[in-house]
Amino acid sequence: MMFGRFLRYAASALAFAAFSGLALAQGPVKVGMSMPQTGPLGAGGKAALLALQIWVEDVNQKGGLLGRKVEFIVYDDQTNPALTPSIYTKLLDVDKVDLLIAPYGTVPTAPIMPLVKQRGLLLMGNFSFQVNRTVRHDMWFNNSPWNDARSWSQGFFEAADKLGGAKTIAFLAADQEFAQNLANGAKQIAKSKDLKTVYEQNYPPATVDFSSMIRAIRNAKPDIVYIMSYPNDSVAIIRAVNEIGIGPSVKLFGGGMVGLQFTPIMESLGSLLNGVVNYNSYVPGVKYPGIEEFLKRYSERAVKEKVDPLGFYLPPFNYAIGQILEQAVTATKSLDHKTLAAWLHKNEVNTIVGPIRWDENGEWANPRVIMAQFRGVADKNVEQFRQPGKQVVLFPPQFKTGEVMGPFEKIRK
Amino acid sequence: MEFSFELLFEAVVFGILLGCFYAAVSIGLSVSFGLLDVPHVAHPAIMVFGSYCTFVLAGLGLDPIVAGIVLMPPFFLLGMVVYRFYYEAFERRGSDAGVRGIAFFFGVALIIEVGLILGFGVDQRTVEAAYIGKAFSVGDMRIPMRFVVAFGVALVLMTALTLYMSKTFTGRAIKAVAQDEQALRLMGANPMRIKQWAFGIATGVSALAGAMLIIIGPVEPALDRVYIGRTFAVVVLAGLGSMTGTLAAGLILGISESIVLMHFGASWAPAVAFGLLLVVLGIRPQGLFGR
Amino acid sequence: MRFWILAVAVFLLAVLAAVMLKNEYYFFAGYTVLMFVVLATAWNILGGYGGYVNFGTPAFFGLGAYTAAVLFKAFALPLALQIVAAAIMSGALGFAAGLLTLRLRGIFFAIATIALVVIMETLFINWRYAGGATGLQLLRPPPIWPFQSYTTMLFVLMAGLAVMAVAIARYIEISWIGRGLRAIRDSEEAAEASGVPTLKLKVFACTVSGALMGVAGAPMPMYLSFIEPASTFNLNYAIGALASPMIGGTAHYLGPVIGAVLLSSLQQIVTVTISNEVNVLVVGVMLVVFVVAAPDGILGLLRKIPWKRS
Repeated sequence: MMFGRFLRYAASALAFAAFSGLALAQGPVKVGMSMPQTGPLGAGGKAALLALQIWVEDVNQKGGLLGRKVEFIVYDDQTNPALTPSIYTKLLDVDKVDLLIAPYGTVPTAPIMPLVKQRGLLLMGNFSFQVNRTVRHDMWFNNSPWNDARSWSQGFFEAADKLGGAKTIAFLAADQEFAQNLANGAKQIAKSKDLKTVYEQNYPPATVDFSSMIRAIRNAKPDIVYIMSYPNDSVAIIRAVNEIGIGPSVKLFGGGMVGLQFTPIMESLGSLLNGVVNYNSYVPGVKYPGIEEFLKRYSERAVKEKVDPLGFYLPPFNYAIGQILEQAVTATKSLDHKTLAAWLHKNEVNTIVGPIRWDENGEWANPRVIMAQFRGVADKNVEQFRQPGKQVVLFPPQFKTGEVMGPFEKIRK
Repeated sequence: MEFSFELLFEAVVFGILLGCFYAAVSIGLSVSFGLLDVPHVAHPAIMVFGSYCTFVLAGLGLDPIVAGIVLMPPFFLLGMVVYRFYYEAFERRGSDAGVRGIAFFFGVALIIEVGLILGFGVDQRTVEAAYIGKAFSVGDMRIPMRFVVAFGVALVLMTALTLYMSKTFTGRAIKAVAQDEQALRLMGANPMRIKQWAFGIATGVSALAGAMLIIIGPVEPALDRVYIGRTFAVVVLAGLGSMTGTLAAGLILGISESIVLMHFGASWAPAVAFGLLLVVLGIRPQGLFGR
Repeated sequence: MRFWILAVAVFLLAVLAAVMLKNEYYFFAGYTVLMFVVLATAWNILGGYGGYVNFGTPAFFGLGAYTAAVLFKAFALPLALQIVAAAIMSGALGFAAGLLTLRLRGIFFAIATIALVVIMETLFINWRYAGGATGLQLLRPPPIWPFQSYTTMLFVLMAGLAVMAVAIARYIEISWIGRGLRAIRDSEEAAEASGVPTLKLKVFACTVSGALMGVAGAPMPMYLSFIEPASTFNLNYAIGALASPMIGGTAHYLGPVIGAVLLSSLQQIVTVTISNEVNVLVVGVMLVVFVVAAPDGILGLLRKIPWKRS
């Protein structure tokens, strides 16, 4: 009888050891991505990376994914689209990651869309704009609050309508995936509103001097100036407008300038930003459940690690990527990409940036792009942006805090 | 886009300012390649290195132009060392040297570029000064001050160098060694030392050119590739060894680029320098004022 | 005969690797190494045999890549035909560029070839159908039987192209064309004076060189599923194509092969283990070291060692 009991104990001990051995032998869940930490998107990328690292720590504190620790593998792609295909091939074949997140930004993400489609992989989008438009991958899920060019530009054109009497428009767009996607859509909307295009120019992404283009725009005397640019160009364009002037005819200026949401750039441009109407993903005052608590935690870490201390634009949405993956994996109890993708297409996910549901292209079914106007911004002051008021929200209606003002140059003085 | 005389006039003015800057950036190459026949494709890379040194000094509080001037002596010494090495490794060894010399300088340019990336990262760097960000108003035109400042410095630099080459003893010796090395040797002067001195001057000038470069706009490590075309176009168009030719050639390049930018758009501008270079090499390889 | 046995053996080795190795990353990295073997061999025909150092590799390589990409986008042309088309286009560019620039000496020729690269890049930046500066996403067709993985298929294809390129270089080297090119390299005036048709030979070398570089570029859009001008026309290809023969030895057809295998493998290892920038540093340093200390390359060093006592 003793022997029987001993046998039962031994059997269960053996089974337990075997099972945990199996679990240990499975190792961590590897999540891999490349993030632009240098190059034009670098300043934003570093902030986004910190948010993801916070998520990895949070989820590991709760026991990891499926009982396994999460290991986070990141490379720097320098915002260079030529580097991402080989980095993601390395992540898949050398590092053997289980889950993929896209790099921050349309330009580094565009080259890997065919790769993930060809290999049938789930890819979590990271603030790309319409990058799935031609490839049409059904396992792509974006984290950014826009859908197509209409969802982005609607607020901008409505502001023009409010100012009244706008008949002509000028377009200035970088020749790269993001700006061109937005420009194509915006031009169609402008045509449908009977706006006459008096100037349009695509510039190579490496352009550093915009004096001649700003001069040409001023010469064309447009009512609206719609700019689609990446951080380095955005800064150069704002400085050029300040140096040379865009002319008294311009009522509305801005639209699609990436970079004016990064805290270091906002601080460095200061009062030069006044009057610009530009897009954003979040400004203080917008009530999403849990976001203010996250931003407080983020801010403490960010100051220590010397990245964007306010972290309004990207970090909450990057943390949301982690939350999305967590919920999908936990609900399906699987790391199989097809299973996860099917679940995400069918379900709504609650995150610190609100509830998210996707359409068949993997973009938000309910976009909520914020269009805000910079007003009363002072130079060299980071803290002024913590309170609502420096970015007056014009759109969408549920977050609105004020009315648009113009003409552009008059209200800057 | 409609044509406008106003825009054309502004483009020309801008082109003159830019052109003078291009001439100052190329004048070091005029000496090292034009006079000394050194295939110095690393000249723009050394200039970009000068920009980064200016960035560092400006971070310590120096005005960028002052920083540029302060950097001239150390760069002069650097130039002397580089030439000595080049001479021992290549010029001494004879005819095959030309081919390998080019490869050598490309290797050096690459090493400088990567060194800058490893040291500073790929991000753009800028400097701040009182004259960066403001503009002069001339009638209806607004001209950014940073271009005018670079233009001024460039003019002073080129005048100084031209006077040096024509009025001082060493300057004339440099010209002489370019024309007839044997005769110089017979007169008791050491051609190698003179060439070394000349190369040192060319490199020292590049330091100030680098300071102007970062005043005009942001710099990043790969910027030297853009300027290889511009500097060689200017030097070849000028005619090898001509100082005044360099100014004329720089202005031609600056104005052409500005007009192409205005009329055809920013995506065609990078080809202007090289297009001009090919045209000159095809039609009149000795340049405008060639020897 | 010995050459052909060796060549077939190398190709079979590549096929064996394709069958046996499971990790796709070997083929991903190996493709790049083999591609540089082709580029280096092609460069050496004009640069090593003829003595005309040129930096125009990216122009021919890029034109080949874009020819393939555009034909694929427009007509879904199969890869084999893309390669043929690329060879024709880049060969034609080599012919035209040769006629225009081969009258220039030394450094002027080198700078003119850089001009060619920038002009080609600018042309493609301004061609919207080919993607402009934004670039083109391409969805590959499934791999041809018996290959399971497209990357592995490209690896074996590039191995075959490398063998073909080396065979062509060898033929040129041992034929009267090679003799003429060597005469031009040693002294062009003397060659002219003794009746060597210098311009015809130089243009021929430039055409063949360009065509082979185009062939090396043609599979690139399929390799990455993406193409854009800045990285395709990057001067780094020029330097790699030039450094490999200078490291391996320019006088013999094996020199570029040795140099490319050595340099490119080192670069791939550094990229995976250290970083992407340092791999460019490797090229720069090796180029400087070999150009200064060992002008005849590795083959030259090997020749200096007394192998046999006669």
